[in-house]
Amino acid sequence: MSASTGMSQDLASYNFAYLDEQTKRMIRRAILKAIAIPGYQVPFASREMPMPYGWGTGGVQVTASIIGPDDTLKVIDQGADDTTNAVSIRAFFQKVANVAVTTRTRDASIIQTRHRIPEEKLTEGQVLVYQVPIPEPLRFLEPRETETRKMHALEEYGLMHVKLYEDIARHGHIATTYAYPVLVAGRYVMDPSPTPKFDNPKMDMSEALQLFGAGREKRIYAIPPHTKVVSLDFEDHPFEIQHFDEPCALCAAEGVYLDEVILDDRGGRMFVCSDTDHCEERRAAGHRGRLSAEEAYTGREDAIRETAR
Amino acid sequence: MYVAVKGGEAAIANAHKMLADRRRGDRSLPAITVEQLVEQLGLAVDRVMAEASLYAPALAALAVKQARGDMIEAIFLLRAYRTTLPRFGASRPLETGEMVAERRVSATYKDLPGGQVLGPTFDYTHRLLDPELAADAPVDPAPAREHEGEPLTRVSDILAHEDLIERAFTGDPDQMPEEPSGDLTREPMEFPMPRDLRLQALARGDEGFLLALGYSTQRGYGRTHPFAGEIRIGEVEVEMDVPELGFAVALGRIRVTECQMVNQFAGSAKLAPQFTRGYGLVFGQSERKAMAMALVDRSLRAGELGEDRVAPAQDEEFVISHADNVQATGFVEHLKLPHYVDFQAELDLVRRLRAEFEAARAGKDDATAREAAE
Repeated sequence: MSASTGMSQDLASYNFAYLDEQTKRMIRRAILKAIAIPGYQVPFASREMPMPYGWGTGGVQVTASIIGPDDTLKVIDQGADDTTNAVSIRAFFQKVANVAVTTRTRDASIIQTRHRIPEEKLTEGQVLVYQVPIPEPLRFLEPRETETRKMHALEEYGLMHVKLYEDIARHGHIATTYAYPVLVAGRYVMDPSPTPKFDNPKMDMSEALQLFGAGREKRIYAIPPHTKVVSLDFEDHPFEIQHFDEPCALCAAEGVYLDEVILDDRGGRMFVCSDTDHCEERRAAGHRGRLSAEEAYTGREDAIRETAR
Repeated sequence: MYVAVKGGEAAIANAHKMLADRRRGDRSLPAITVEQLVEQLGLAVDRVMAEASLYAPALAALAVKQARGDMIEAIFLLRAYRTTLPRFGASRPLETGEMVAERRVSATYKDLPGGQVLGPTFDYTHRLLDPELAADAPVDPAPAREHEGEPLTRVSDILAHEDLIERAFTGDPDQMPEEPSGDLTREPMEFPMPRDLRLQALARGDEGFLLALGYSTQRGYGRTHPFAGEIRIGEVEVEMDVPELGFAVALGRIRVTECQMVNQFAGSAKLAPQFTRGYGLVFGQSERKAMAMALVDRSLRAGELGEDRVAPAQDEEFVISHADNVQATGFVEHLKLPHYVDFQAELDLVRRLRAEFEAARAGKDDATAREAAE
């Protein structure tokens, strides 16, 4: 074969949603098993994807296995639809599956996410697919897979509680702010992926199906709809989520997760919604924050100075 | 007003255009052809094939070109292509004893049937930069070797006659590994791992990582007393059984490097003293990789041979979990993806802890001041 001819045709032909049907079947089986045993990490024969490990290959394989031509896909990274890796993954599915895409949480049948759960309550029939870097919640307490699998099998989670207790003894608080461990359906301790603990309550009794894919680590796990998900805590140190002192500077939303945006080199900063779709919808509905467009043109300098104070 | 950063799509497209431009470099120079890479940077092509687990010189060369010479990126490209290929069966085990060896050396015997064959090696070259090479001076054809093309007896077979070395498979015959051997790229990885999967993981593992681990065993971290029993490089036939035909069909020839390390073993209550082996087999020509692989393979057999597992190179989970450079590079480099949501959560915590720290210190200062006043 000459190197330049013949190759291009072979390289171009991919199946719908990239994975071959045998692979999809294998992944769907793993997903079904994961749904049947909520929070249990199911090993699966993760494929090498055309994007790097650690960049969402697990989530992409899960999405590719469940997506159909009628689905509408939303992809977010850090809560935003326009971050580069979200753009890249969305473009991948447009290319290999030619599906409809959206940025609106409500319109999506499948939402693939990295590090956030949308602010808007998910509903029945929606699927949230998480990209997971390290699926094992016990990994940083015990690096060996052979050991941690045993600990899960025996429901031996004392080590995790000791870790949380040591945090309290040392800092006065549980010092885990993201990837905060949860107990699923009263049985398995699970890593919710590196979402801020702010999002943990949204996993509890969710109407949507939640699927977790870890490509490099070759594990899939799931939280079926209407499943109890409890963040680990102690009676005298109950689980708490982050609170922000000010509302979103663009849409004035309260009780949502905010990003801190640096405005200048003099300590000027503003807080805006991490969920860009939620923020845009609120603004479209007429909500205005301190720094939203209309006020900003006139009062920008003042506003920034005020924030800096 | 803060305008959320939009246009990620355009930025990505522009970045890729810039990449293509830099890849091509100075347009007044001719572009490198894939054939040139296969012929003149053959060892780079070999490494890409080995660590991508795909024997396809032209595609590997294309990957090297597309990756601008970044080996791990090239391996990644070829692997991502390999995943999409259908599997239509497994070959019969390679018969490396039938190899038409271009090189075969043994460190355990001064001479042996077929002799020591140096072949195309960097060994004994003086590492002096060659200005003539820069000027593209003509190169003489290689001299032909006597008895070229005849199979050479394997050193391990010589030792096996006296039972001085373990057989290829020493265990209970009922435990004989099943054929075809497992495939890490199609099955979930679980520990502990059978040796066939372990060898596959090592064969596609990162050359540098295995080199460092192999080296560590020589420096005392899990010493295995190795001798390079034999290293051979050459072409072997790949055959496949076709059930419809009832016999094996030759698919073609591939070049491989094989290393058999001969390691000391004192014996145990069950086994008489005997030499043991570490095995390395790599696509193409890569002695360094094959030797390192053989050292690490032998180290990872510590459990099976009843040796204490004390060093990193003897720790299967540690070695196999971290040997894959495509996985490693992906995860290390994913740190450049945005993490600002989690960072925000950490910022919040650090600010709170600092505030509490300052409050506590102020309280203590007050108390000290009060004591001093009294």
